[in-house]
Formats: sequence, structure tokens, C-alpha cells
Amino acid sequence: MERKIILENIEIEGIRSLEVYRKTGGYKSIEKALKMTPDEVVNEVKTSGLRGRGGAGFPTGMKWGFIDKKSGNPRYLVCNADESEPGTFKDRYLLMNIPHRLIEGMICSAYALGSNKAYIYVRGEFKTIIGILNEAIKESYKAGLLGKNILESGYDLDLHVHTGAGAYICGEETALLESLEGKRGNPRLKPPFPAIKGLYDCPTVVNNVETLANIGWIVNNGGKEYAKIGIGRSTGTKLISACGNINNPGVYEIEMGLPVEEFIYSDKYCAGVKGGKELKAVIPGGSSVPILPKNLILRTAEGQPRLMSYESLSEGGFITGSMLGSGGFIVYDEDACIVRNTYNFSRFYHHESCGQCSPCREGTSWMESVLHRVENGEGKMKDIDLLVSIASKIEGNTICPLGDAASWPVAAAIRHFRSEFEFHVQHPEIVKNVKHGSLEKYMKAPAVTGE
Amino acid sequence: MSDKQFKHKLYVKKNNDVAFTASTLEKIQTIISHYPYGQQKSALIPILHIAQEELGGSLNVDIMDYVAGLLNITSIEVFEVATFYSQFYIDPVGKYVIEVCQTGPCAICGGEDMIQYLEEKLQIKVGETTADKLFSLKAVECLGACGSAPVMQVNTEFHEFLNLQKIDEIIAKLRSESELKKPEELTWKERLS
Repeated sequence: MERKIILENIEIEGIRSLEVYRKTGGYKSIEKALKMTPDEVVNEVKTSGLRGRGGAGFPTGMKWGFIDKKSGNPRYLVCNADESEPGTFKDRYLLMNIPHRLIEGMICSAYALGSNKAYIYVRGEFKTIIGILNEAIKESYKAGLLGKNILESGYDLDLHVHTGAGAYICGEETALLESLEGKRGNPRLKPPFPAIKGLYDCPTVVNNVETLANIGWIVNNGGKEYAKIGIGRSTGTKLISACGNINNPGVYEIEMGLPVEEFIYSDKYCAGVKGGKELKAVIPGGSSVPILPKNLILRTAEGQPRLMSYESLSEGGFITGSMLGSGGFIVYDEDACIVRNTYNFSRFYHHESCGQCSPCREGTSWMESVLHRVENGEGKMKDIDLLVSIASKIEGNTICPLGDAASWPVAAAIRHFRSEFEFHVQHPEIVKNVKHGSLEKYMKAPAVTGE
Repeated sequence: MSDKQFKHKLYVKKNNDVAFTASTLEKIQTIISHYPYGQQKSALIPILHIAQEELGGSLNVDIMDYVAGLLNITSIEVFEVATFYSQFYIDPVGKYVIEVCQTGPCAICGGEDMIQYLEEKLQIKVGETTADKLFSLKAVECLGACGSAPVMQVNTEFHEFLNLQKIDEIIAKLRSESELKKPEELTWKERLS
């Protein structure tokens, strides 16, 4: 099931430069796209069934279809390279090694949307990548692939890199646009959606790096060919960034539908849990999605093997399922402490909440302090239900999905690993002496963690 | 809001003169030209990055007001952005800002131990600066390099797959680097040797 679309030719030396990239067939899609009408390109993307790779999985073709073409305002294409979801580092790998794949995709996409100005929003920490991208853009301008009258077609496109400055919330598309306008990254109330009123109140499409990197291939080979790859409504390939307690952390391009078990244990991918330890839990799509214990990540509640696809990972809803999200695959071994980990993520969301909506601003802070006291052996039994209650009150009551993202991990950790939380409350003398690591060896009662 | 009404503990104006060099101003004009006419405010974050880098490692009210003047926006618009984003420092920092990732994937791979070790090694707590103004230690959230955990960055340069020995080497290297004089400070005899 090995299939490479985005990372194709990545092993070739010097692929970062335009010269080598073009030699290996790069930028062919632009010649083809410029001969098609913009609507034909949009239709190819619609046929391909490509879904947004940033986390939400919204069909890209449909998103493009919403763009307001009647208003006469300039249209913008913005690439979201503000990758800051814990566990996700696929875009960094892609941009570091093969930046022209994104630029090629962006030219095709901007043409399809009728946009003459495009931006790549890169998070401020990625200084190296900003340098690489600027260099790549300069090369493309020189070769006549960007700027005025691209390849004598009469189509103009300007592409610029914009830097962020370290705010997780700017990965949310409307917050990203605010930040691009030089403001605080406070998400906007929707509707109006960016496709109607986005950057500078003009129609805008915001897409993830990986989504745009797919467009070149789709234009070259056709949407129908793309739809043949993958499984069901999860078409194409997906970059999975695997990290945590595994032997081979890194970025892997997989065809949708690969069994999770194979992904974790095969030598081609993660190569099993580090140190020969037992698998405890997995967060399959970046820190925001629910954590799943071993038995539920390898098989669904019905006993079917779990596959790497949007549908299969979310089977069972949030009771026994999770989400593919952004593809940040975090693996925990038997020694990992789920309570400590949940506290860690709560602190992250508290720090990154923009403070606009009260449920999120106050709720994330409360969850952090309650979890801090449970983790340090000062918790009470009712704290566990209190956490569930806070989480349920944040979810769905905020402008942007950060509130949901903050509450899901807490709710899921308690749902699947309640006994561990209870143990923290019941045995403060043990908890206080163990700084990190699992308390499994101290727990006499068998964990709910599976088996 | 006019400047007269605006008071905040971080908002202390010292009325020091700040100015970019001519070449930096040129760079800034290029950045502004990337955005449509009348939307020069978009260039604020990139310019604050440059300001922080070239004018002493952190921002202060004088720098922020200067940037506001350059972009023809109000001071408060710069202040609210500078306090929102975690990469802008309002307090003075050391020459090398060490930012260690403390979020989930790094934490399970030993990120917390790295922070503790650095605290002991530099004899400061997280958020503090050493007495010689060389190092500032910060614990930050996800740096987006979880596959090579634990990770830290020193003034935007990434150091991956950290262990205690590696930290020793990095700190020693930075210490020796800071002792070297800049080329323009050297005499011609020193340059030749």
C-alpha cells in the first residue's frame, strides 16, 4: 500500500532547488492548469474528493466552490503553515525538504480561484523554513513561474511569506486572517465565512500546506485517478507525523486505509513501541482529539480492525472513537502517566486560549488548576466529575474550535482511564513521590486500559 | 484611546531615541509593499520581529512607538499585538534566549528533565536571566518538532534529540562564542592571526 504523492522524489538530492525539482517533473501541472478554465480545475479537485488536511477534513473542492466571485473584490489564497498542534510536524518536514511542491500547488489553486495575490502564513518559530520558502519563491519568480504573465498565459500571481509570532490560535483560519492583517489572533464570529469576507473583508480561501501540495498531482493526473487512491470518502494519501514512545519517529506518507496495527508495528513505519514495552494508548490526530486505549485504537468497538482514515478513526463517535485530525500520531507506552499528560495538554490550551470567550478563557484555566492538584496528589474524588462537567460546558460554547479542542482530551482521558485519576486521588502518598512515569506498578486493581 | 489615558505597568516610556539603519528601513519598505495599498498594518508582526532582533533582543515602549510611527498606526495597536504573541518579549532578555518545549510529546520523551537540568546548570529558574545577561531560560509550548523530541531553540535555532550531554555542549559553545570579539572589534593584528 505504499504510494507517494506529496513526498514523491523526496530522496533525490537537491530536490529543494527549482532546477532539480523541474527535472523530476515538477511544475508540469501549471502548464496544464493554465490551459484549462478555472472552473475545470475546481471541478477536478471536487471529483478528487480531497479533504482538508489541517484537521477538520472539510472537502476542499466544496470550500473553493463557496468563494464569492460576484462581489468584484480581489480574491486571496492563504496557505496555513502555522503548524502548532502538539504532535504534528508534517508541514515542517514537507516545507523543509520540498518547498516547490507547495508553490506549484498554490499556483494551480490560485488560478482556479481567480486570485492574483497569495500568502503563506508560517509560524514565527520556523525561521529556517521561512528562509527556504523565500529562496524557493525567488527562484520561481526568476523562472517566470510567479509574477506577471506566468508562462505567457496572461495570468498574474504574487506570492509572499508572512510570519507569525508564536500563537497556536493563529492556526484557526479566521484568527490567521486577523494575524495577517497585523492584529491580535482573535478568531472571528462565523458567518460570514472567509469565502465571503476574509482577508481585508475580501473573499479568501485558507488551506493547509498538505492540502495545497496535493493539487499539482490532481491537475496532472485528474481527479478521478486521485479518487481511486485511498478508501471510501477518505481519498488520497495522508502525511502522518508519528512521535512519542516509538522506535522510528518521523513523517510517513500512507495511503488512506492502512491498518493502525500495521502502522504502529511495521518496520516500514513506527517499528513498534520503544524498548519493547507494551502499547498503552494513542492520540491519533494531534493533541486535540480524544486519546484511545490500546484495545480501541487497534480495533473498533465492534471488533473490526481500525484503519487510518477519516471514517474508521471516528467510528464509534467520541465514546469509543477519535479523529484523524491533522495526523499527529502520539504513541504512549505502558509507563506513561495519563493524568500527567492530560494536565500537560490542559496547561497548553490554557496558555494558548486567546481569552475572547469566557467558557474557554475561564474553563481552560480551571481545568488546568484542578488537574494540577489531582496530578500532585491533592485532589478530591469529586474533582474528576468536576473536570467532566467543566469540559462539557466549554464544548460548543465558544467562537472557535479551540474550546472543543481543550475539552475533548480531558473528557476522553477520564472516559478511558478513570481508574488512573481515582488512584491519584486515593493514594496521595505514592503520587507525591513519583514525579513522572506511570503508577501502574503501584496500582493493584487491573486498569481499565484494555486487555 | 489617546495615549494620555493609557496606563499600564508594562507601559513605561523612557523617551530613548530608537531608529533603524537605512538598509533595515529599505527591507521594511519591501515588506510593506507585499500588502495591498492601505493595509500596511499587515507588516506589523514581521517588522516587530526585525525590531526585536536589531534593537536589543526585546521590545520596549520606545521601540513600539517608533514602529507605530513607521506604519502610521496608533501606539496601542502595536502594544496589543506585542503582548499577544509569545515570541515578543516586553521584559529585557539575555543574549541567548533558551526556549525548551514542555508540551506532551516532548514531555514524555524527557523534556521536563531537560528544563530541570538547565535550571540547575544555569542556576536560574524558568523565566529568569543569568546575572551576566547571557542566558534567559523559558519553558514554551509546542515548537512543532515532536518527532525529534526533546527540542529546544536558542534564538530561533533549533536543537533536536536533546540529552544532558548535548545541552552541556551547546551551553559551552555559546559561552565560548560570546567571549569572541566581533570582527569589527578586532585589531588588524588579531585578524591576521
